Amino acid sequence: MAQVIFRGVRKSFGNAPVIHGFDMDVRDGEFVVIVGPSGCGKSTLLRMVAGLEAISDGEIAIGERVVNRLEPKDRDIAMVFQNYALYPHMNVEGNMAYGLKIRGLPQAEIDARVARAAQILELSPLLKRKPRELSGGQRQRVAMGRAIVRKPAVFLFDEPLSNLDAKLRVQMRAELQDLHRRLQTTSLYVTHDQVEAMTLAQRMVVMNGGRAEQIGAPLEVYKKPASTFVAGFIGSPPMNLIPAGKDGREVLLGVRPEHLQPCAEGEAKMTVNVDLVEPLGSDTLVYGHTGDNGDGARVAVRLHQSFAAQTGRLPVRFDPAHEHLFDKATGLRIED
Amino acid sequence: MEKRVVFRSAWLPYALLAPQIAVTLVFFFWPAGQAIWYSFQLQDAFGLKTQFVGLENFRALFNDPHYLASFRITALFSFLVAISGIAIALLLATMADRVIRGALAYRTLLIWPYAVAPAVAGVLWAFLFAPSIGIVTYVLKKNGVDWNWVLQGDQAMLLVVIASTWKQVSYNFLFFLAGLQSIPRSLIEAAAIDGAGPGRRFWTIVFPLLSPTTFFLLVVNIVYAFFDTFGVIDATTQGGPAGATQILVYKAYYDGVKAADLGGSSAQSAILMLIVIALTVVQFRFVERKVQY
Amino acid sequence: MIENRPWLTVFAHAVLILGIAVIAFPLWVTFVASTLTLDEIISVPMPLVPGSHLWENYAQALTSGTEAGAAAPVGRMMLNSLVMALAIATGKIAISIIASFAIVYFRFPLRNFFFWMIFITLMLPVEVRIIPTFKVVSDLGMIDSYVGLTLPLIASATATFLFRQFFLTVPDELAEAARIDGAGPLRFFWDVLLPLSKTSMAALFVIQFIYGWNQYLWPLLITTQENMYTAVIGIKRMITSGDALTEWNLVMATAMLAMLPPVAVVVLMQRWFVRGLVETEK
Repeated sequence: MAQVIFRGVRKSFGNAPVIHGFDMDVRDGEFVVIVGPSGCGKSTLLRMVAGLEAISDGEIAIGERVVNRLEPKDRDIAMVFQNYALYPHMNVEGNMAYGLKIRGLPQAEIDARVARAAQILELSPLLKRKPRELSGGQRQRVAMGRAIVRKPAVFLFDEPLSNLDAKLRVQMRAELQDLHRRLQTTSLYVTHDQVEAMTLAQRMVVMNGGRAEQIGAPLEVYKKPASTFVAGFIGSPPMNLIPAGKDGREVLLGVRPEHLQPCAEGEAKMTVNVDLVEPLGSDTLVYGHTGDNGDGARVAVRLHQSFAAQTGRLPVRFDPAHEHLFDKATGLRIED
Repeated sequence: MEKRVVFRSAWLPYALLAPQIAVTLVFFFWPAGQAIWYSFQLQDAFGLKTQFVGLENFRALFNDPHYLASFRITALFSFLVAISGIAIALLLATMADRVIRGALAYRTLLIWPYAVAPAVAGVLWAFLFAPSIGIVTYVLKKNGVDWNWVLQGDQAMLLVVIASTWKQVSYNFLFFLAGLQSIPRSLIEAAAIDGAGPGRRFWTIVFPLLSPTTFFLLVVNIVYAFFDTFGVIDATTQGGPAGATQILVYKAYYDGVKAADLGGSSAQSAILMLIVIALTVVQFRFVERKVQY
Repeated sequence: MIENRPWLTVFAHAVLILGIAVIAFPLWVTFVASTLTLDEIISVPMPLVPGSHLWENYAQALTSGTEAGAAAPVGRMMLNSLVMALAIATGKIAISIIASFAIVYFRFPLRNFFFWMIFITLMLPVEVRIIPTFKVVSDLGMIDSYVGLTLPLIASATATFLFRQFFLTVPDELAEAARIDGAGPLRFFWDVLLPLSKTSMAALFVIQFIYGWNQYLWPLLITTQENMYTAVIGIKRMITSGDALTEWNLVMATAMLAMLPPVAVVVLMQRWFVRGLVETEK
């Protein structure tokens, strides 16, 4: 059990900077999800914690120790990889026990830990199987088991669910949450999937271009996105951003599709010229644009009832409490 | 292509490379350097005195009609071995790709000559074609062919070409078969739907798609004919009669070992090295191009 | 096939069978000759059905050799060939796999230099540098020794490339997982990389065993004593000039014996052989 502290962490490959200074205190037992588009530096950040990438500047501490110069094996961490990285020639038991064997743990202790992890992850009947004889979900669990048996201070997850199909991903997400509730181990979890981030995180870090755009609890990030990037990245479809002017300043007015409500023409705050309607069953997505010449902003509306027409005009209103304002030039949130 | 992860150690990589580098230095670079050095030297008949003569050995070589003849012979020999080996292998591979039943058995029965040593291949064919007792000679003579490769240069050439080709067909066959099997089935089916019959499909679809393999095999077969056929020649004609089958490698060996002409032989080695380097570069550029496919 | 044209399939089978017959004909004649007496062979035309002297010929060849040509027993030669083929195959695999490991999994000064140094040996077949190499080996006192027969042929750019190629396909995450598990480079090599390389090693073994067994020019130069001859050299030495003086029945029995091990390796390990062949040339 440990906290993870980042102090001015930077990384560059050659002359190309990929992380521009990252600061954060991850509390003991906390589940932190780092989310962002590909190439934003989230995996690099995780790999620096693991010791797989050197830290160019700043420092990372796990527990009380600065780990910058420590080998991965000495950092008291365990990592789950996107492609699982199971040793193909070893069986499930061998995969989980390998790290313990290298550390020279007594065989009885190894057996006990592997059996315990197998039980938690429901792998007990599969211990003698080779990775190629397992399904994707089972392999994922073995990778998790390999991390658990080490009893590390910190779990590192590098897009662990990306190779699974959609249904299995939902199931594994729930299992991960359950596992964290039981073990209470500090976890850093990297993903590009905002749904995973929203559901798993106690706190999330939204990264873009090597910077943390926002760090906060999922709902806080959803309710008060710190920039247009975060507003666009978290939530689906992304927040509508409509150019407007306020106090003589160019701003972007943000409203989430789910906060727009159809209304009578008279009380409408704006009118959407509908281009496309996607009925999803539970609700309906309407895409369109403002203005009449086709040069207005694109707008999406999530309706909780069906919408019969395929084209036409949809007057909408929204509660001012759901209105976000961003500076057009910097993209940063304008606090009210 | 590079690994993202690497281990760190100041000494371990050198220790791991040491055996290979040591063997390479002692048995490749040192002798190759010496070959080049000797090629600029002239040694007297008793090997007592050596003298630096610059390019004299090379000049002598290119003024030597025997050496120039050896060049022509090597070119003819490589051409014949490569072309016949590739043609026969392509025919057999196309047929083997067609049949479904017994495909593995056919492959097994066709690939074993690869395992036969060139020298042994030479002995086998020399025995079949032996001027007095050979079984094929007997048939040829019955049909009015005056067969004696010990005396007739053309026939000696034919013999070494047959023996060399025989050994190489299995290699070419395997590559063609692999090439044929990698052609997407849908492509052939599309051509069939477009109305192309089997023959037309072969020449317009299959053969063009095999051209990288064919080109690759052409280079490999030329290298094979240049160097690996030494055993075939030495076990059959020994370059004879009257130098009719004396390919470059054999001449370099003969001049160096039998005739003890160190400078001349080394100059020939140096020229051969240049040829190998040229062939390797051609092959390498081709491999690069193949990657872009 | 796409069209149902039975005659085309029949034609394909016919071509294949004809091809196999032509290719196998020398082998058949060799086998028949190895079962005849010398008199039967030199009475033109020799018979094309096996005779009754199979055991005699093979027994004589194996234990005492020919009378006119080389008098060494072929049994001894086969042993020499076996030692040579095994030493070359295992030696090449061993030194190449560790060299590739160093080149792929480490970054160090002169790495590219060493890589090119190994690569360039591709361009220098034994045949090209035969006399200076012979001089080096004789200066080192390795004439007529197993070390002299095998060591100079052990460096192999081909094998190094094959392993390099294979290592590059091993996922990076495997090495990372091993590092996190606490495995150092040698431990990773031994516990993970080596078991994964089994198929590549088997494929290379087949190719290099044949290469070693079939060596001709090198042993021809390096062996002067009959007890160091390899089987391939032995056959050549048994053939005296003039068809009639040669004991063809014994030569042919020896040829059969010399072909047997490499052909058996190719046929029995066909799967690895085909893989090895196609992959080493990539």
